[in-house]
Amino acid sequence: MRAIFPVIAALAVALPAAAEEKPVELKKAPGVEKVEGNCSGCHSLDYIVMNSPFPNAALWDAEVTKMIKAFGAPISDADAKVIADYLKRNYGS
Amino acid sequence: MLTRRHFVRTAGAGLALGGAGIGAAALELPRALPEGLRNSAMLDALPGKKPLIKLSYRPPNYETPIEYFRTAITPNDAFFVRYHLAGIPEVDAKTWKLSVGGDGANGQAEITLDELKRMPAAEVAAVNLCSGNRRGLFEPHVPGVEWGYGAMGCARWKGARLKDLLDKAGLKKEAIEILFDGADGPVSDKTPDFIKSIPTWKAIEDTTLIAYEMNGEPLPHLHGFPARLIVPGWTGTYWMKHVTSIKALTKPESSFWMNPAYRIPLGKFPLVARFTSQETAVNTPITEIVVNSLITNPLDGAGVKVGAPVTVGGIAWDGGYGINAVEVSSDGGKTWTTAPLGQDLGRFAFRTYSSTFTPTARGKQVVMARASNKIGQTQTTELIHNPAGYHHNVVHAVTLNVS
Repeated sequence: MRAIFPVIAALAVALPAAAEEKPVELKKAPGVEKVEGNCSGCHSLDYIVMNSPFPNAALWDAEVTKMIKAFGAPISDADAKVIADYLKRNYGS
Repeated sequence: MLTRRHFVRTAGAGLALGGAGIGAAALELPRALPEGLRNSAMLDALPGKKPLIKLSYRPPNYETPIEYFRTAITPNDAFFVRYHLAGIPEVDAKTWKLSVGGDGANGQAEITLDELKRMPAAEVAAVNLCSGNRRGLFEPHVPGVEWGYGAMGCARWKGARLKDLLDKAGLKKEAIEILFDGADGPVSDKTPDFIKSIPTWKAIEDTTLIAYEMNGEPLPHLHGFPARLIVPGWTGTYWMKHVTSIKALTKPESSFWMNPAYRIPLGKFPLVARFTSQETAVNTPITEIVVNSLITNPLDGAGVKVGAPVTVGGIAWDGGYGINAVEVSSDGGKTWTTAPLGQDLGRFAFRTYSSTFTPTARGKQVVMARASNKIGQTQTTELIHNPAGYHHNVVHAVTLNVS
């Protein structure tokens, strides 16, 4: 997944007219860089914000697991824990 | 692996975190929606579209503001946009081909767009409604795209009948489902591609089309150019966009987007159309649209005057049995009067209604509308909760401020 970032940066130069997506700013808190790095390759981060703050801890765990198991997100176990903890603390109930 | 095509309209995504979103404050979104959605949704215009309510940039999920539902036909440039996966190529009409085959077919056929357009054409006015429309109004909330009222639209779709296409390959009698794939797909090759099947009985109905026109125009890119499946009466999950492959199957399709995705609990909804090859002991694929209606005028929170007539208008729709009646209440549901219906564009289309009342006292006044269809189904007053947030057809209410 780390390889994505140079790819995006290169295309941003090559295809300026295609970039309509505005940045989605997540809460600055420990773990935010893991969320941005692992999640934004496949979907914009507004998916997280719109699904908040109602999820309890179990629901955020289930969502992270679904992204890995059902959708094949290549996220390490260590990063998955950091991501789930960040979501629970900042976008949970 | 992440493939290159997926970044075509998403460059810079989620990277430069410099600016906050704009526009959310200008939107009057229902208070029942998740707080996070109300903070992040904004009006935003995709290429070729009017500003719609942006729920997510990538994949693009944009809903139609209520004001555009004051007519039975929804304009193309205001029609909602929904994608599951972010790999959305611009299809070249010159090289696009549609293959028809599968183990449930006797042969194989491949046709070009010109050939598709030369086939006998059919047209149907039909509602395309996201299974999860109004999911954001579920209480308690359920995860997913947190749609309000506008993940739907009604258009006139023109195309070839699917059954005529299937005839080119020849259906075996063992063919139980027809499977569709489109040119769009996932960003990661580990993510299940979005493919969907429908039962053969639904596929061969006269109104099931492979459409290449929407409201008299070539199908716009974001609505499935150059051709998409139209399944009148059934929810939008089956209406495959950018369709490239049609396969007749002798066994039920078992991939992710058929199961566990898009499932409703058995027995909770009063549905007629069944998808028996996909049913389990506990659930079934979502199929037909439940009877429903929306008040499009006045909007929630509008100010009106004592003694001045108020016209209550909106639309009603169902899974293709046809709207029987729409009743309107101006006293919070105590008494109801039947509202005259507008032009009938066919049993799969939005049906407008309109009725008038005159406020007599200052204060808050709750106006409601409820539809029934021609097989006796009506909207529910209590939400039928289900884990995926489908089939929300609770009677719509708006609160007016009378002064």
